[in-house]
Amino acid sequence: MDVNFHSFYIDQEKCDGKMRCLRVCPTEAIRVRRGKALILEDRCIDCGECIKVCPHKAIVPLTNSFTEFSQFEYTGAILSPVLYSQFNRDVTPTDIFNGLQAIGFDDVIDLTPSCESVSIAIQEYLDDNPKSRPIISSFCPTIVRLIQVKYPDLAGLLLPIDSPMEISARDWKLQISADKGIKEEKIGAIYITPCPSKMSAIKHHPRKRLTFLDGAISIQDIYNPLLSVLSKSEQKNIESGKDVKYGVGLAWAILGGQAKFLKAENSVAVGGIHHVIQILDDIESGKIKDIDYVECHACIEGCIGGSLTVDNPYVSRSNILHLLKIYGEEFSQDENKIKTLYRSGYFSLDEELDSYPIQPLDQDLAKSIRKMKKKEEIFQELPQLNCGLCGSPTCMTFAEDVIRGTALITDCMFKSFKQSRSQVRDFYESMVKNTLPQIGK
Amino acid sequence: MNTPQDSVYSQQFEIVGGDFTRGGQVATKIKRILKEIGIDSSIIRRVVIAVYEAEMNVVMYAQKGILNLMVMPSEIDVVIVDEGQGIADIKLAMEEGYSTASVEMREMGFGAGMGLPNIKKNVDYFYIQSEVDVGSRLYISIII
Repeated sequence: MDVNFHSFYIDQEKCDGKMRCLRVCPTEAIRVRRGKALILEDRCIDCGECIKVCPHKAIVPLTNSFTEFSQFEYTGAILSPVLYSQFNRDVTPTDIFNGLQAIGFDDVIDLTPSCESVSIAIQEYLDDNPKSRPIISSFCPTIVRLIQVKYPDLAGLLLPIDSPMEISARDWKLQISADKGIKEEKIGAIYITPCPSKMSAIKHHPRKRLTFLDGAISIQDIYNPLLSVLSKSEQKNIESGKDVKYGVGLAWAILGGQAKFLKAENSVAVGGIHHVIQILDDIESGKIKDIDYVECHACIEGCIGGSLTVDNPYVSRSNILHLLKIYGEEFSQDENKIKTLYRSGYFSLDEELDSYPIQPLDQDLAKSIRKMKKKEEIFQELPQLNCGLCGSPTCMTFAEDVIRGTALITDCMFKSFKQSRSQVRDFYESMVKNTLPQIGK
Repeated sequence: MNTPQDSVYSQQFEIVGGDFTRGGQVATKIKRILKEIGIDSSIIRRVVIAVYEAEMNVVMYAQKGILNLMVMPSEIDVVIVDEGQGIADIKLAMEEGYSTASVEMREMGFGAGMGLPNIKKNVDYFYIQSEVDVGSRLYISIII
């Protein structure tokens, strides 16, 4: 399987090389070469920050479209609770259920009961493993990838519990297969996703051989069709045939939702990739003490901040809090039943997590040290303005690119200018003399 | 032809005493350098823990300090020199749980008396010199 699968690609036609993506990439995985952005696949963690800032939508998420699922006899939309937060408050989750069925899904599956079950499982895992601390949440695929690439030593702290989306899809497929007599491979489970990184977890799950999801459609792509069905009044306020109990799992859409119902008091919820990097650094240097659980999200405010959502994350957050008041006061799951399931391995992720650390400057330690020195020398001679004109995000990464042989020192404007600095100065002076109006004349 | 000197990477870092906002930054920088060079991760972990503790000692007990990092194919050496209150009784300071930290520092979660013992536990060579009201010098090495 391709470990370098990424959930988006850069449309070379649309890219104008204006470097917005270059500057925001938290892992310095983007370079601009010959006026076009390219992704260094071994460094990219699928966070989607570049998607958010590209003005031309040149970074295209590889989510699916509805038509790609025609091979299935029966399809189900597995809803990230984020979807509920994307509409005005008069649109209820039931309306959204009906709307998705009107669009063409045979079934719609609410994720929130699984979210609640997984919260209970997290608590069980924390109780069973009091020695390893802090446990880091593993539900944001970007965070898992970040740890694989930059913090391999922390892999052992990643929670080995399956995600609500996978658990929901598995249970639903088994149930539909039993109820309707349809073969499992003919049943399609499609995640309605707030971000592209879930697509990577579906295509290549780092800790599962088989995933139960068959694809993902972005909230942005489903938004317009859904809105047009919802605006037809006959779709509204009709009870769907399903008896859905939302419960406290709704909180999973927002930052802190996973940890909110844990008995472990000492948990931290961290949103935004830079804050996550900061806390992982702190965990690595042993600075974090007395913390049991760290809920990490690549996006600010959690999944509602995903790059494929529609609404402002703060408005979405308020919508979720509103829904929690109406539907999320009660627990929907039987705690003892979940604990028994946990003991039976129902939530376990069995595969070991591989790590893909960024390659050192050289495999030979002595050579690598020499290259590091050389890199430092090059860096000292650079303007250190991080202008990005060379196509590398910072002068430090440029120095590294030169050492690794992927850039030439003359790619730096300042370095190539320096050689002819006096000529440039003469040119400038003559420009000023000849073109600017003289004061007082 | 490369001389042995060519295979030594050295870098100097300043540590500002009393500045808890930046406490731990040197450890983070050193970690990034060692990762890029390709030092084994179990060794990086030991270096980073030792450097973090030493850095925090300077932040807590000194006005300023200089940390010198030297990376060689066979070992990593760190020397931390600070100007500060110094340590009156090194033997006592090496005991787990012994601390001269103020109540405020303890409230912030520091000064549990594990710093020096924790450094020693993580390194292969440990030597400390100190003079009261002058400062301390800490030499540590980790064999690769």
